Amino acid sequence: MTSPQADAALPPHEVTPARKGTVWRRLRQRPAAVLSAAVLIVLVLLALGAPLLAALEGQDPTTYHDDLIDSARGGVPLGSYGGISADHWLGVEPGTGRDMFARLLYGARVSLLIALGATAVQVLIGVVVGLAAGLGNRLADQVLSRFTEVLTALPMLVIAISLTAIVPADFPRPLLLVLVIGLLSWFGTSRIVRARTLALKKLDHVAAARLGGAGPLRVARRELLPSLAAPVITYAAVLVPGNIVVEASLSFLGIGVRPPTASWGQMLSTATTWFRADPVYVLLPAGFLLVTVLAFTVLGDVVRTALDPRERSRLRIGTRAGRKEKPPKKEKHDVREKREKEAVV
Amino acid sequence: MTSEEPAGTTGAAPDLLKPDLLKPDLLKPGRSVPGRPQPDPLVEVRDLSVAFPGGAGAFPADGGGAGGGDAGGEGPAAVQAVDRLSFSLAAGRALGIVGESGSGKSTVAAALLDLHRGTGAQVSGTVRVAGTDVRAADERELRRLRGGRAAMVFQDPLSSLDPYYAIGDQIAEVYRVHRPDVSRRAARARAVEVLERVGIADAPRRARSRPHEFSGGMRQRALLAMALACEPRLLIADEPTTALDVTVQAQILDLLHGLRAETGMGLLLVTHDLGVVAGSVDEVLVMRGGRAVEHGPVGEVLLAPRAPYTKELLAAVPRVDAQPDGRALRGTRAGRDGDGSGDGVLLEAVGLRREFGGRRHRTTAVDEVSLTVREGETVGLVGESGSGKTTLGRMLVRLLDPTAGTLRYRGRDIGTLGDRQLRPFRSELQMVFQDPVSSLNPRRSIGESVADPLRAAGDRDDARVLRRVCELLERVGLDPAWYHRYPHEFSGGQRQRVGIARALAPGPRLLVCDEPVSALDVTTQAQVVGLLGELQRELGLALVFIAHDLAVVRAVSDRVAVMRGGRIVEEGSTEEVYERPRHPYTKGLLAAVPVLDPEVSAGRRALRAVA
Amino acid sequence: MTGYALRRLGGGLLVLFLLTVAVYALFYVAPGDPAKLACGPRCNPGQIQQVRERLELDAPVLTQYLHFLQGLVAGRDFSSGTAVLHCDAPCLGLSYQNSSPVTELLADRLPVTASLALGSMVLWLLLGVGTGLLSALRRGGTTERVLTGLTLAGTATPVFITGLLLLMVFCAYLQWLPFPSYVPLSEDPEQWAWNLLLPWTALALLESAKYARLTRSSTLETLAEDHIRTFRAYGVRERSVVTRHALRGALPPVIALTALDLGTMFGGAMLTEELFGLPGIGQLLVHSVRVVDLPVVVGVVLGTGAAVIVANVVADVLHALADRRVALT
Repeated sequence: MTSPQADAALPPHEVTPARKGTVWRRLRQRPAAVLSAAVLIVLVLLALGAPLLAALEGQDPTTYHDDLIDSARGGVPLGSYGGISADHWLGVEPGTGRDMFARLLYGARVSLLIALGATAVQVLIGVVVGLAAGLGNRLADQVLSRFTEVLTALPMLVIAISLTAIVPADFPRPLLLVLVIGLLSWFGTSRIVRARTLALKKLDHVAAARLGGAGPLRVARRELLPSLAAPVITYAAVLVPGNIVVEASLSFLGIGVRPPTASWGQMLSTATTWFRADPVYVLLPAGFLLVTVLAFTVLGDVVRTALDPRERSRLRIGTRAGRKEKPPKKEKHDVREKREKEAVV
Repeated sequence: MTSEEPAGTTGAAPDLLKPDLLKPDLLKPGRSVPGRPQPDPLVEVRDLSVAFPGGAGAFPADGGGAGGGDAGGEGPAAVQAVDRLSFSLAAGRALGIVGESGSGKSTVAAALLDLHRGTGAQVSGTVRVAGTDVRAADERELRRLRGGRAAMVFQDPLSSLDPYYAIGDQIAEVYRVHRPDVSRRAARARAVEVLERVGIADAPRRARSRPHEFSGGMRQRALLAMALACEPRLLIADEPTTALDVTVQAQILDLLHGLRAETGMGLLLVTHDLGVVAGSVDEVLVMRGGRAVEHGPVGEVLLAPRAPYTKELLAAVPRVDAQPDGRALRGTRAGRDGDGSGDGVLLEAVGLRREFGGRRHRTTAVDEVSLTVREGETVGLVGESGSGKTTLGRMLVRLLDPTAGTLRYRGRDIGTLGDRQLRPFRSELQMVFQDPVSSLNPRRSIGESVADPLRAAGDRDDARVLRRVCELLERVGLDPAWYHRYPHEFSGGQRQRVGIARALAPGPRLLVCDEPVSALDVTTQAQVVGLLGELQRELGLALVFIAHDLAVVRAVSDRVAVMRGGRIVEEGSTEEVYERPRHPYTKGLLAAVPVLDPEVSAGRRALRAVA
Repeated sequence: MTGYALRRLGGGLLVLFLLTVAVYALFYVAPGDPAKLACGPRCNPGQIQQVRERLELDAPVLTQYLHFLQGLVAGRDFSSGTAVLHCDAPCLGLSYQNSSPVTELLADRLPVTASLALGSMVLWLLLGVGTGLLSALRRGGTTERVLTGLTLAGTATPVFITGLLLLMVFCAYLQWLPFPSYVPLSEDPEQWAWNLLLPWTALALLESAKYARLTRSSTLETLAEDHIRTFRAYGVRERSVVTRHALRGALPPVIALTALDLGTMFGGAMLTEELFGLPGIGQLLVHSVRVVDLPVVVGVVLGTGAAVIVANVVADVLHALADRRVALT
């Protein structure tokens, strides 16, 4: 009888998958994680408390203030830096004089709500389809994979835009956006789930469980799902910033939420005509959008590495300069998987 | 990887045996002419120590077995891979470095060319190779040594060649690095020449092929050709045949032998396989935990070892040529005979067939195989990679559905039963898997893994399940207190024990063991085989023992079936098959198995050369 | 290799066919009344009925679809009361707005989109592959961390923000460049390039971040492979190990991804075109969506889909050519 670890140490790639306590510890140790989480918490609080904060400022996002803009110069806000004042903490919108602070906060609501909602849709559909393809028989897998392939071939933004043309006008816009973004890009999730499921199915411990008399449900619950949670959470974390960008892009193209509802993308779209006269009007929504996307991106990366220490940080977070880590072995893979996500151009 | 060498790649070795005899002085310069000054040794290593800082891996090839030579994890603990090792190798001589995984043998090989430079490994001591002080040499000097005066051959021949370039071009590239004045055309001609030399048929054409178009053995030949190109004085071979089937291994070793005889180059052969060493080197260095345990002429070390570790190692090696001494799984025939009936058929496969792939790429993995397993006996199933033995094993326990044929368990046809109807039989047919890593769920404690089949069978009494699991763990030699530990905390051998406990949990009557020990070091191998034997005697289990290692199979089996290309080519009692093989394939296999006695080994080589 | 390419092409054609079915079903059959849309908001029921007859909307769906397919393959005629409008193959229908064939509209816009896509491709490849390679070779150093930070910023910034900032700096503040307006290449190559410089840069900054990441990771993966060790162990210079062997292994995915991205971009870089006011396919789509010009929308979707599918096939074949092992699977 020997003690564990006695006769041979283990190669590094067999490090245990993380358990809860470890994940939290790893997350807390990363300043980048703490910082981005803090930013996001503040942002969520701002979005949730938008009506309250706007009331505190004494403004609302929809009232026009004709007296605060210079109609002689086409509607540029009076005063410096886009009309920042004690009444209007972040100035007013050129052309309308609406309060920027209130509009930006309400914009955060739209952004977060739609992005998170779309992510939920993507993950839900992706997991169901991926599991079905991975666990089902050959035919089911073939059909689902082909179907996914066809849908993947479609340029997402083009379809999203086109769909908004044929949906009845009285359909609630935020819901439409959630559905359009969610329904059009769940393939990444399903592909990951399918690939992981197929890989796991081949592992001997799954075969052993079957031999041990476990039925399909028991196998799925005991042997498959626990190992699928980490990649799915990871991937979801990567999806959120992408969805924020897509929502902003649709709004930028004038197909997002309807005015007068405020959204960052739509402000930036208006800003294309104002960037000479009122730079602040560009910088504010751009800044909010960028900080949000960056914070989600960084958090996603950190979560990924915390959940599975085998993964290296793509953003090189927490990898001390000078420390050499062992790069992964190359696997044969599809380029489309490398693509991560179609860039929104 | 294909199991066979294409015809025509062999046959280069035979006539090269003769120069071996003609140039004895070249091979044994140790007996130098008196009066002449003793020449510098080809390799001289003094007080070599290599340590890897925490997190950085050992030299990649060192992880050959179940456990690597690295602690891993996040801590800063350094791993001392090699600890004050000294040895020397005279020009033209051959030294074998032998050890189990984690012994540091591959790290030593890499240190000879200072491949640790720039990897973060801490190296100390002196290494002189072919007149170069390797550790002190500058980049230029080191480059000149690497490949020029000392060439290295690696374990995995597929990944050791660049997949994007033709093999001839890769050899030519290396050649031109060391002979800058040679034209491209001449370099390519040299590549063809060396490829021909290592026995690649149609070398001018094959030089234009890429590595993936070569079989495993041919790739290893190509790597040898690359090594030969610059006529090095030393060849360092790091587990050169570990990834190859036994017949191909014999061909490569014969080739190596012939090349040495012809060119007079020195050889440093790193391997875990004592049999490989026996026929190929003059001296042996046994390593353990980074230190030399024993060093001496091959005959002495293998036949009359002094160090206890070497003795232990040698005792653990199963012999293909020896009568089994009853230490393994064979105590069971008595039990069966005691039954009185010569019948007692437990599992019977008739015309079993399995195909894979869709319409276009249909392959037949198992082709009309019939096999009978009686109560309490051990049936050995041997074959090289791709012979279909694993597929057959999985069909026997119904993990895979047969495409055709019948499978009868105690007279009942179970080959076509659906999942639900199969349930009652599941518990009686169990399996032990090859890979100790993937066969346990990393997210469940070992106790839970063993308990799973009990719970699945409907036992809801937690106390009883716990008691049973602890019994099982204890029975396979594990401490029941480890119930809550996770698989990663255990070594390969221990994990394999957990796998056995799990297979025993439902109370099986037949256990299919698929390469149960091939991922383990030789001493661990012997322990696990021993355990299986005990369990078999105790519980009256029937075993189907699948392995590529003929020696292991001989040691454990009552009857043996030899598989090739999805068919059983020969079947009979162990003694018949091993002592009086009828099928030429079986004869070839047996002739290719390395033996521990250097003299016997040389004799076999001569026989192979004639054949 | 030819067999592989043909198989992929066959697969591509199948996907294209399925795409026409899906798009047709989605846009013409599902909700709303195309006749009402085609006629405009101020039509009376009688006029709508006329339009419906002209567009054959009363015919069974299958017939309509077959005619649509026929138009794609052989062209078709539309009778508009008295006159007959002919629409050459591949016919995607006539615009509700101005009755011109959608194919023509697309062809008019193509040079703009192509100029934008190809020009920025050159930029992003130079920038992305260069950055990726540099950060792979300087692994663990400050250079790498700086480059990674820039890459992160590049991926996270939407193209319209980059574009707006570029406009602010170079057009409004420094006034080095004119506000972009499209000048055809054939008219004045210098003005063409000068005007497209900002859009190219904006697109390239976004895309190159992706390429930098891909190049870095695949170079590192290749450097970690065993055959790299072989060449080091045979005395090959580090420089040629990297350029001849590591880069060679890193290129196939980059090439394939380039083909894919170009395909997507030929469907119109909507945001970029909209921001810089370039009359490309993307702008056409956005405009058509606003006025609900269904044939044009469908045309752009199909055209883009076709471009992406072709790009997929091209990417696969290029990947297989660059890495012969792929074709075997």
